[in-house]
Amino acid sequence: MNKRGVMNLFGTMALKQQIALAVLAAAVAASLGAGWITHHSYAEQSREFIGAPPSAQFWLGTDELGRDRFARLLYGTRVSLLLAPAAALLSTLIAGLIGGAAGYLGGRWERVVTGSVDLFLSLPWLFLLLAVRALLPLNTSPVTSVAITFLLLGCLGWAGPARIIRAGARTLVNSDYLVLASACGIPRWRLFWRHLLPNLRPILLAQFWISVPLFILSEANLGLLGLGVAEPLPSWGALLRELENYSAVLQNPWILAPAVLLVIVVGCLQLVLRTEESAPC
Amino acid sequence: MAALLLRHARRIILTVLLGGLLGATLVRLGPGFSVDERELDSRLSAESQQVIRNERARDNNIALFYWRYLKGAVHGDFGFSRSLNRPVSELLRERLPLTVSSLVYGVLGAVSSGLFLALLTVWWRAPGVDFVPALLSGVCLAAPAAVIALVFLWSGPWIGGATRWAIALVVFPHIYRYANNQLVATSQAPHVVAAQARGLSSWRVLWAHVFTPATPQLAALAGIGVSLAFGASIPIEVICDTPGVGQLAWRAAQDRDLPLLVTITVLVALMTLVVNSLADIALALCAPAQEAAWRPATQ
Repeated sequence: MNKRGVMNLFGTMALKQQIALAVLAAAVAASLGAGWITHHSYAEQSREFIGAPPSAQFWLGTDELGRDRFARLLYGTRVSLLLAPAAALLSTLIAGLIGGAAGYLGGRWERVVTGSVDLFLSLPWLFLLLAVRALLPLNTSPVTSVAITFLLLGCLGWAGPARIIRAGARTLVNSDYLVLASACGIPRWRLFWRHLLPNLRPILLAQFWISVPLFILSEANLGLLGLGVAEPLPSWGALLRELENYSAVLQNPWILAPAVLLVIVVGCLQLVLRTEESAPC
Repeated sequence: MAALLLRHARRIILTVLLGGLLGATLVRLGPGFSVDERELDSRLSAESQQVIRNERARDNNIALFYWRYLKGAVHGDFGFSRSLNRPVSELLRERLPLTVSSLVYGVLGAVSSGLFLALLTVWWRAPGVDFVPALLSGVCLAAPAAVIALVFLWSGPWIGGATRWAIALVVFPHIYRYANNQLVATSQAPHVVAAQARGLSSWRVLWAHVFTPATPQLAALAGIGVSLAFGASIPIEVICDTPGVGQLAWRAAQDRDLPLLVTITVLVALMTLVVNSLADIALALCAPAQEAAWRPATQ
């Protein structure tokens, strides 16, 4: 989509969707510019300000280790907002290859893929995530835990999109241009790469956008259960763990900031998603 | 009908067998499988330790291991939980009823409230009527299940426990949105417009011409609800400290007790499949002609 297309798409959005897009852009910009917005690091501990309330120095107060909550929120937003799309991209690519090939090749390959998709989809998502997460090392460095969490999401989230992409590929296989290209003697792999996959782009794009909020929420649930990103690196899931302390939340309601931001961002994503799904590509 | 039943039975058996194989492979390849802490017991003689090692060596072959795993499962022996030091079947017998009861109440609550609000917004067509349910469903859809559970936990004692209410609220937006879309689409169908043009009361049009034709599809939503509720049960039971299967799965994951975790996952998948198949069969029985039209929308 070129610049004009983007402007047209923005123009056709309802006001609430434009607001949602602006909120998302602000969240992404704030997380990317965390270093400029706050001079605190997410891991820096101020021993003299443990559990401090919001102030000019610490906008959202400090946690029980004396770390600035606002800085952790910004850096955590960066981790979640950058890596969830990365995981979604990975899962969409896997789904595109598997589902696209299944729809294109048909026959036995398609039956195997359909069976595997059914198997994956019959296993509840969080149970599957927990089972595979438990297989991998639990006590790892923060960076490794980030990689494990989001790679896991990307590698296990392919089944749903693959089913839809397979159906899309099946429709395209019988289209005139593919039949003509095939009759011209173009090799099958070239037909797949150059003619089928590019035409599946709208479906791939829609599946990508659908996966992003799903992965953000999955990471949040995993993090809250203590199986997500490891300390001291923040992510939305890791930040939500503070909410488990019931009495602390009542005394310090600003602890709710990550939960509120998460709900706002995922809500905005879902609002924008509706436009994205119906947008002409 | 027989073909439909056979198809579903075949699907369930195949999925469970494959899921079991996948699970057994995970357990076999999982860390610590070939290690037995009894080997560290200095009181055991070298012969006893050798016997323990031989026991473990028998399971090195995945195919044989799976065969024994399957044979045990058929007889109700799902293995032994290393972290809790108890048979898995005993743990499941203890915890499954609580989870199933929470799920039943939660899904019933979600389906009834979702359908009621969807009907209300279709019937009462004043502008802004759908604002509150749409906002509620949007917020619930955007919040992680664990956060919803926390909200219920904070907001005081709830009749039946916070777990059921939290499950209901996790499932509610999916039911409401699907039911609302379905009812709005049906309310714009030509036969409904014709009924309205003939002067039938709006309540009668809604009940006889909008809701009744959409009933089989809406009833099938319960199947989807169960699948969603099972997934949400892990964070919700952990947060609400409910001793159910979800909490057991979380403990198993933290202790890396793969035999327990895999058995739970396969059993949950089996229950989800059975409920979904029952919903499919009910749908086919109620509206065979509509089944084909409905199916693509759920995929």
